[in-house]
Amino acid sequence: MEKQMKGFPVSHVVGFIFSLILTFSAAGIALKTDLSFKVIMWIIGTLAVFQAGIQLFMFMHLREGEDGKTNVVNIAYGVFMAVVIVVGSIWVMSSGHMH
Amino acid sequence: MSANVNTALPLEYQREQDRMNILGFWIFLGAEIILFATLFGVYGVLYQRYAGGPTHQDIIVIKDVMIQTVLLLTSSFTMGLAIFEMRRHNLKGLIAWFVVTLLLGGGFLFMEINEFIHYVHEGATMQTSAFLSSLFVLLGTHGAHVTLGIGWATMVIIQLLKRGLTPVTARKTFIIGLYWHFLDVVWIFIFTFVYLKGLVG
Repeated sequence: MEKQMKGFPVSHVVGFIFSLILTFSAAGIALKTDLSFKVIMWIIGTLAVFQAGIQLFMFMHLREGEDGKTNVVNIAYGVFMAVVIVVGSIWVMSSGHMH
Repeated sequence: MSANVNTALPLEYQREQDRMNILGFWIFLGAEIILFATLFGVYGVLYQRYAGGPTHQDIIVIKDVMIQTVLLLTSSFTMGLAIFEMRRHNLKGLIAWFVVTLLLGGGFLFMEINEFIHYVHEGATMQTSAFLSSLFVLLGTHGAHVTLGIGWATMVIIQLLKRGLTPVTARKTFIIGLYWHFLDVVWIFIFTFVYLKGLVG
């Protein structure tokens, strides 16, 4: 937290620049390349996760304060449940039946 | 209440009550993740059920989506700068960046409303197909959060102007900051798995 007191918000500026780079890379890879659908989705999905991490750790200070560990466990559980809900729904609705 | 004040910490963490409020808000954000996960789940199941209506390629204007994305991303950055100024006890800087954040948020909302109007003019309404129902619900829930956030933040700014920086106003500002960053996190996934995926597949 002490690092926050400096005159220039280094981590915010770095996080912002990285977010912009990740956003435009994802758009470029999705719209300007001839890679297969699967490959593109894996790449831009990974970039999205990285960018969400930047928001959580560099902008929201997820691990900060006396409840930092609780925050990490809480959000990790939320993300796990989100993956189960999304991937589980799609899987069961597309592969779980023959007709 | 005032027995446990640790002045070595930033204002919003000094009192036990405020620390508990911040922890409580993080737990709320955990529930918000689940809310959006259910909507992404529905969209992920239905996103190709066009029912003979417009497809992604027919309605999405990628340039406008990029503008929305940059507006929201920049507003998340300026919200971070607002909290940074708050930690330096610079009330003027805090309010200035806070107002910039809301203007960018308002710009995002303006673009999104225009996007919805454009979709409806193309014959793509909530009733047209399962794809469009799930799309409008997902985008609309996010947009409703942004709208709510702008109203909420405006009230926090009024409190900052009236009361200045206290542990209570600092905590309120910090919490709306968390909320605002979270909306950008959700948007990253909308951008990737709705717009980009829709234009690739």
